Amino acid sequence: MASEPLTKSEIAKLVANDIPSGSYVNLGIGLPTLVSNFITPDSDIILHTENGMLGMGPEALGDEIDLELINAGKIPVTELLGASYFHQADSFAMIRGGHIDICVLGAFQVSLAGDLANWHAGDPNDIPSVGGAMDLASGAAKMFVMMTLFDKSGKSKLIKECTAPLTAVKCVNRIYSDMAIIEISAGGIEVLEVFGISEGELLDRIGMN
Amino acid sequence: MAASFISAAEAISQVTDGSTVALSGFGLAGQPLHLIDALCDSGVSNLTIIANNAGNGETGLARLLGNKQVAKILCSFPRQQDSQIFDELYRSGKIELELVPQGTLAERIRAQGAGIGAFYTPTGVGTQLAIGKEVRTINGVDQVLEFATEVDVALVHGHIADQQGNVVYRKTARNFGPIMASAARYSVIEVSRVVPTGDLDPESIVTPSIFVNAVVECGVNHGK
Repeated sequence: MASEPLTKSEIAKLVANDIPSGSYVNLGIGLPTLVSNFITPDSDIILHTENGMLGMGPEALGDEIDLELINAGKIPVTELLGASYFHQADSFAMIRGGHIDICVLGAFQVSLAGDLANWHAGDPNDIPSVGGAMDLASGAAKMFVMMTLFDKSGKSKLIKECTAPLTAVKCVNRIYSDMAIIEISAGGIEVLEVFGISEGELLDRIGMN
Repeated sequence: MAASFISAAEAISQVTDGSTVALSGFGLAGQPLHLIDALCDSGVSNLTIIANNAGNGETGLARLLGNKQVAKILCSFPRQQDSQIFDELYRSGKIELELVPQGTLAERIRAQGAGIGAFYTPTGVGTQLAIGKEVRTINGVDQVLEFATEVDVALVHGHIADQQGNVVYRKTARNFGPIMASAARYSVIEVSRVVPTGDLDPESIVTPSIFVNAVVECGVNHGK
């Protein structure tokens, strides 16, 4: 057990280390974007961005900035050798068709069965926006969630049943969080690693004991 | 019918009060700003807009919304840091929103252009966005029935057209352009320049001229 919870960058590094060489990967907006900082050219990982590109490179800086070359978060990015562009229907054929090996998304809540809630915090005053989250959650071959395990009030985001509106049911395979890596399968959850907390205390705090 | 090469104002005359208009673009990348300005100037109203987002800042789709020309919008991701014009209209009940997952939105447009009336997709099953829709289990996977979306006029931002009306795009500004061009009864593509037929490699053409009714050369390049 590590003595401290992980920083966001440390979580991102763990995710990057667990992505097999040669994978086609989609990184959601927000926290998952940090994973790209730990993907090097020799890791041979090809990034997909839902707005129509494979072979996305790092964020564009200075003279590299081209407003017609952006990622899903509308941040200017660069293109790597071997990049390709395609329209939205093809981009989502890649997603729904199971061609994306791994998708990493942020989450408000994940249920013990692997249901994901990440598009609507549930506040009726919010303007609902879903983007590609539902397609990614139901279509990617493997779904990783990256999040802090507890919200600001200390409540677990891994819960029996999501209270926020669902993005997709039974889609999350693994949670990478500041306090634990947790595998979710049909057989239930399995704590793979803990950081700054004992497994017993962790299970207590998510209401599993 | 071969594509015509006309002004933005002439092309926009195809849009009338109550029309359904598809606008290409992901944020500002690929938004047909030149054609949308002509649409704003035309004063047509009560439009239904199909677009991925609901406007950025004060230009393009945001300007059209601010002009109160839009009754309804179909989109996947309206809320952004700079979507203040939409946010205000939505919160005061002055615009109707049909929220559609991005891939379903793309496929509803693609299907229309391909003559497919509806399709089943796993996206959205078990969520609020599938309420009231037929769900069928196909090959062991629950899928929701989604219908093609009719489009009267598509306004698309391309990069270069040839004199035949074939179009190529630039980088991630391609996004919804090709499928919207094929879906609409009347498709208008704004391009930064028109080149002689034969100058574009036939292997590189993304939108063949059969999907293009009008080309508007506007000399604008929103990239570098």
